[in-house]
Amino acid sequence: MGFVQDTDIRTSSASPKRKLNMAQRDTAWGFVFLSPWLIGLALFTAIPMIVSFALSFTDFNILSPTHTHFVGLANYQWMLADDLTQQSIFITLKFAILSVPLTIFTALGIALLVNQKLLAGKRVFRTLFFMPVQIPLVASVIVWIDFLNGNTGWLKFLLESVAHALGQLPFLGFMSSFSSPNWFNDDSWALPGLVLIGLWGIGTMMLIFLAGLQSVPTELYEAARVDGAGAWRQFRDVTLPMISPVFFYNLLLLIIGTAQYFTQVYVLAGPLGNPDHQTYVYNLNLYNTAWGSNEMGRGCALAWFMFLIVLAVSVIMFRTSARWVFYAGADR
Amino acid sequence: MTSIAMEVPVRAKPRSRLSRRLHKAWSRGSVTLVAAGLCALFILPLIYMFSAAFDDSSTIITPGAPLYPAIAKTYTCTDATLCSYHTGYIDVSTGKWVVDPAVQSSVGQELPVYQVPGHGDLALLADHDPSTGQPCIFIDSSANKQVAVLVSSVSLSQAWQFHITLDNFSTAAGWADKITSGYVTSSSLGGDFGGFARFFFNTFIIAGVGTIGATISAIIVAFGFARFRFPGRDVLFLVLIGTILLPFQVTLIPQFIIFNAIGWTGTWLPLIVPHYFANAYNVFLLRQYFLTLPRELDEAAMIDGASPLRILMFIIIPQSWPAIIAVLLFHFFFAWNDFLAPLIYLTGKPDLYPIAIGLNYFNTTFRVNNAPSAIQAGALLALILPVVIFFLAQRVFMRGVVISGVEK
Repeated sequence: MGFVQDTDIRTSSASPKRKLNMAQRDTAWGFVFLSPWLIGLALFTAIPMIVSFALSFTDFNILSPTHTHFVGLANYQWMLADDLTQQSIFITLKFAILSVPLTIFTALGIALLVNQKLLAGKRVFRTLFFMPVQIPLVASVIVWIDFLNGNTGWLKFLLESVAHALGQLPFLGFMSSFSSPNWFNDDSWALPGLVLIGLWGIGTMMLIFLAGLQSVPTELYEAARVDGAGAWRQFRDVTLPMISPVFFYNLLLLIIGTAQYFTQVYVLAGPLGNPDHQTYVYNLNLYNTAWGSNEMGRGCALAWFMFLIVLAVSVIMFRTSARWVFYAGADR
Repeated sequence: MTSIAMEVPVRAKPRSRLSRRLHKAWSRGSVTLVAAGLCALFILPLIYMFSAAFDDSSTIITPGAPLYPAIAKTYTCTDATLCSYHTGYIDVSTGKWVVDPAVQSSVGQELPVYQVPGHGDLALLADHDPSTGQPCIFIDSSANKQVAVLVSSVSLSQAWQFHITLDNFSTAAGWADKITSGYVTSSSLGGDFGGFARFFFNTFIIAGVGTIGATISAIIVAFGFARFRFPGRDVLFLVLIGTILLPFQVTLIPQFIIFNAIGWTGTWLPLIVPHYFANAYNVFLLRQYFLTLPRELDEAAMIDGASPLRILMFIIIPQSWPAIIAVLLFHFFFAWNDFLAPLIYLTGKPDLYPIAIGLNYFNTTFRVNNAPSAIQAGALLALILPVVIFFLAQRVFMRGVVISGVEK
């Protein structure tokens, strides 16, 4: 819902000359008040972006800044040939494929759950499902490292006792021999472990879904019910289209967030993405290139490459959104 | 809800009032139970952290130890007759039990307590010896008698008792002296650099000073967007929103180069100063709030000749405390949480680390000691304040998320 400011009472009473003065005054004051942000935008965003773009064509090294040369596209060529960079792109894609669908549908599922009319104590549940968002990332990763520990972590006990209980049932006997993965010491389980940690961050998305769910007009459900729609049809044909704008927004932010993924994996796996580079995401590679080996020209190339990918994904999402995002009536 | 009236023609069998109530109570109960189960699973890592942080540092790494904070049960015998015993052996030639005349005693000793099947928790006085046939001799302290059982104590599990300790916190707090591995040793820091207390102090300064600037600048800029009409405003507003979506990596390296060139690396300035230039999230949040305030008051003040600055200070701000407090809290905990910026700007200066980097430093240097309980105590120290403040001001946090998330 956009904000309409056409009801400016000054326009009706003031003379044309005074109006002009007011408009000029408004402009002047407007820019005065915006100036902190405008200066910051220039200093910390616009100029660095340009510098970063320029540096991506040089061999700038922070230890010897005076020996900087223009190298053309060499940094970008290096990127496409370097094994570790390839690995980091692969791992990031793998992480995104594992994590994005799971995270967004878990958030939607929890939002649907805490929006249930039948649920007692809704506010308590909403607060508890949101709360981990407020835990400092480093602390939450450290909690998870030990929680998932393959010898003393609770998840191991939980999974193994559930598997053991299932193993008592007919046909499920094989379950009793289940042994919990040793998450972060196991090449194939480290990344899924990170996906699991990521679920602690669903709170924001859940609240946004919840706001979307609550803004669906009840008449729509009533009309659907009169037409004989069951719970699933109501969800598919009323809820989903009506919340598609918030779904779109959540998905966009999640994809951008995944591209920026760093802190969790750095705390967990160190700058090398242990074990055996299996969690070596894009930004670890960027960090190692720019700060580990001080190759800041290459670092800028990595940053811009990532930026362009994110930009392309966002543009594609916006372009195709007309097909799958439903904007109700004249609201937009 | 009006839906009840609608259901009648669809449902074939009209139900009695009682059965409908029962049905509703049943569905209510089951939905709530499912939610409670999921929620418990969801916050289980946090419960683990609390349990581990108060657990004994050796219990937590003992296989078979309970999940709650506990120590191994022991029994100290004070009664000389109760804890005196004879050992013996089976005479191989006769097959008879021969008692050793020498009296053994364990008075004043701390004896381990085992869970003996069929007997409960018993204190072990003498262990089983397979070569002599000597059985285990236990003390049943509740019955005040000795019990001989032919089992091997190796096969028994120890008995545990609930026990909370604060040692992990003092280990974590005093860890500065114990760094022996990792990137830096304690000596290269010039002795004790203060550990966690120092990290908290640093965090409060960085977050506190940054919050002042972040909030004031956001108020000013949001006022500009909310109350003045000027050419280009809407485009600039889109640019502002766009900066939220801009990946930070694109500006990170040049910012570092610039701050390095002016000698700000290794200081807190790069972590504080940029926040004095208004952050997009905060501006957005405040602008949305300012737009909901009635314009009549500012119009009246303007006609009375008040300058925009006075209007902001005496009319807008007093009406906007909920949103301003939200921004204060958001920035404070953003700074508390911030990781990458302090990581690159404070490399090699642990005495300047804020808590996020400090905790990571603690984790990487202390983990070799295989003491998850101390590490969890460190995590608890780092998260307890943000979590408590969140519970106290949950509405502020959760509404702020929705405002900045949905209204775009």
